[in-house]
Amino acid sequence: MTEITPNGVDTAALDKESRNASRAMLAEFWYYFSQNKGAVVGLAIFLALVIVAICAPLIAPHDPSLQYRDSFLTPPVWQEGGKAAFLLGTDAVGRDILSRLIFGAQYSLFIGVIVVGIALAGGITLGLIAGYVGGMVDTLIMRVMDIILAFPSLLLALVLVAVLGPGLTNAMIAIALVLQPHFVRLTRAAVMAERNRDYVVAARVAGAGHLRLMVKTILPNCLAPLIVQATLSFSSAILDAAALGFLGMGAQPPTPEWGTMLAEAREFILRAWWVVTFPGLAILITVLAINLVGDGLRDALDPKLKRS
Amino acid sequence: MAASSYPGYGMLRFLLSRIGLLIPTFFGVTLVAFSFIRLLPGDPLELLAGERGIDPARKAELMAKMGFDKPQWQQYMDYLVNVLHGDLGTSFASKKPVLTEFLTLFPATAELAFCAIIIAVCLGIPAGIFAAVKRGSVSDQAIMGTALVGYSMPIFWWGLLLIILFSGILQWTPVSGRISLMYFFPQVTGFMLIDSLLSGQKGAFTSALSHLILPSIVLATIPLAVIARQTRSAMLEVLGEDYVRTARAKGLPPRRVIGLHALRNALIPVITTIGLQVGVLLAGAILTETIFSWPGIGKWLVDSISRRDYFVVQGGLLLIAAIIMIVNLIVDLLYGLVNPRIRHT
Repeated sequence: MTEITPNGVDTAALDKESRNASRAMLAEFWYYFSQNKGAVVGLAIFLALVIVAICAPLIAPHDPSLQYRDSFLTPPVWQEGGKAAFLLGTDAVGRDILSRLIFGAQYSLFIGVIVVGIALAGGITLGLIAGYVGGMVDTLIMRVMDIILAFPSLLLALVLVAVLGPGLTNAMIAIALVLQPHFVRLTRAAVMAERNRDYVVAARVAGAGHLRLMVKTILPNCLAPLIVQATLSFSSAILDAAALGFLGMGAQPPTPEWGTMLAEAREFILRAWWVVTFPGLAILITVLAINLVGDGLRDALDPKLKRS
Repeated sequence: MAASSYPGYGMLRFLLSRIGLLIPTFFGVTLVAFSFIRLLPGDPLELLAGERGIDPARKAELMAKMGFDKPQWQQYMDYLVNVLHGDLGTSFASKKPVLTEFLTLFPATAELAFCAIIIAVCLGIPAGIFAAVKRGSVSDQAIMGTALVGYSMPIFWWGLLLIILFSGILQWTPVSGRISLMYFFPQVTGFMLIDSLLSGQKGAFTSALSHLILPSIVLATIPLAVIARQTRSAMLEVLGEDYVRTARAKGLPPRRVIGLHALRNALIPVITTIGLQVGVLLAGAILTETIFSWPGIGKWLVDSISRRDYFVVQGGLLLIAAIIMIVNLIVDLLYGLVNPRIRHT
């Protein structure tokens, strides 16, 4: 059922061609991405974490906040004194560490998604405006970003949380704000490189408005570096949120957030190694998996950049 | 282009343009520090008074004394004048000027950060070079794998692990502080390692070193990983250049090609990376000093935030941003000095 428009264009054929083209692009992307074994392993771990987070209520052996009064600081099952019911042991108030870690995966992934979402949305908007409009607006936006970048990110996030009040939501807002300048800079640089290309001029001559030029013509061609940066920001968001939780300014107890769990475990470090070791290991594995994916994405999306 | 025939001209213009960029940023940073106290929920005096409350007459008097009754822009002007005169306010907890407190505590952080960057550079650059030269080998993969683990490390957890291992199980190092309480000597440089040597007391230097070693390793972890990764990629780029091939083709020994021709050019971007680590180090110091009870700027700021000693937080924020800006300026200038191309862009 071919549909021919008045000016003789076969839209169905066009659609098919564009679908084929995107499939070919995806195949090419996957070819380069899968060349990097580490990236594939990272992706597998990340997907496993997503499944664990989604199915947390089904697979966690215990309620994460249920306190077993007869099992304070029970060691992991393979150590003397361990119980089969608590595979990774219990914490100082008798909560099952494995269940808390499983529920903690929900928090970490949620933090990553929300923070990167806010930072991307804000960063792309400001970067597009700065790069496209230029002039005073550009100078103003970039100077403000310079100011944010003049502070160490964790310190600025810490101070912002002090202003907004401790808690997970405020911690996420603060982290998104300090990660945003990277997205603004990347978008702006990409927009400035694309702005005067022939295809943009052609679209403008054809009568495209400013908004269409910015969002539909230029932006899709600036996405590669943004995707890589988003992946790397995902892991820094998790690290920073855990650090804020550790300093008592992020998620508040008894939330099973991994950084907060570490903060609660600190006083037992010399008595019960497991309460400290496992939450940190969970953070490390998650962040490592995402960074591996990030390296793979960079190789696959930008062949000019060598793997570093 | 007659002017550019002066050897120093390009550099001077470069210096001035960089400083010109810094000035608005500096004012912006003061504005952030100034707004910080005004953005806190409730007014600062009520916050300070806490649950006891404050007598309205006394409050009005204090508000006038601290200038909180003036219009905002005037308060900002007063604040700027004070900052430029080195007056950053007074700590509520200690009643000492913030700047004095900062200067007393800064050497502890500087010593820690200095040792960390030495560790990071001395291990990171050779590791990166080695990985680049042996590209694709097992050792390259091992080094880069380790670097990625280091880069992904939650350093507050890493610190706790090292304490469990070295202080708990092996009992090699103390858990916290800068030096054993047995030793007391006057502060000369503020660097405990140097002061302990100058004091001539037996065992003081060893004690200071054993306190310093774990926090420095923890703080060095991320910069080390970043420097190793950056050195490797910079080396790989340079090793593919024509002049390296020429040097090889004319029969120079590999050691000379790598050490002289490749390394000198590869180090240019690495210098920038090292400079950028200062911000990472100061942020890392917040966590490292908290874990090891290291009496430096990071722990001071975290304690002040939880004590609600807001003038300290305001002053610390401004001073740390100023340090980072100055270091970045120096790095930019060094970069311009070693890489003349950048000056003309």
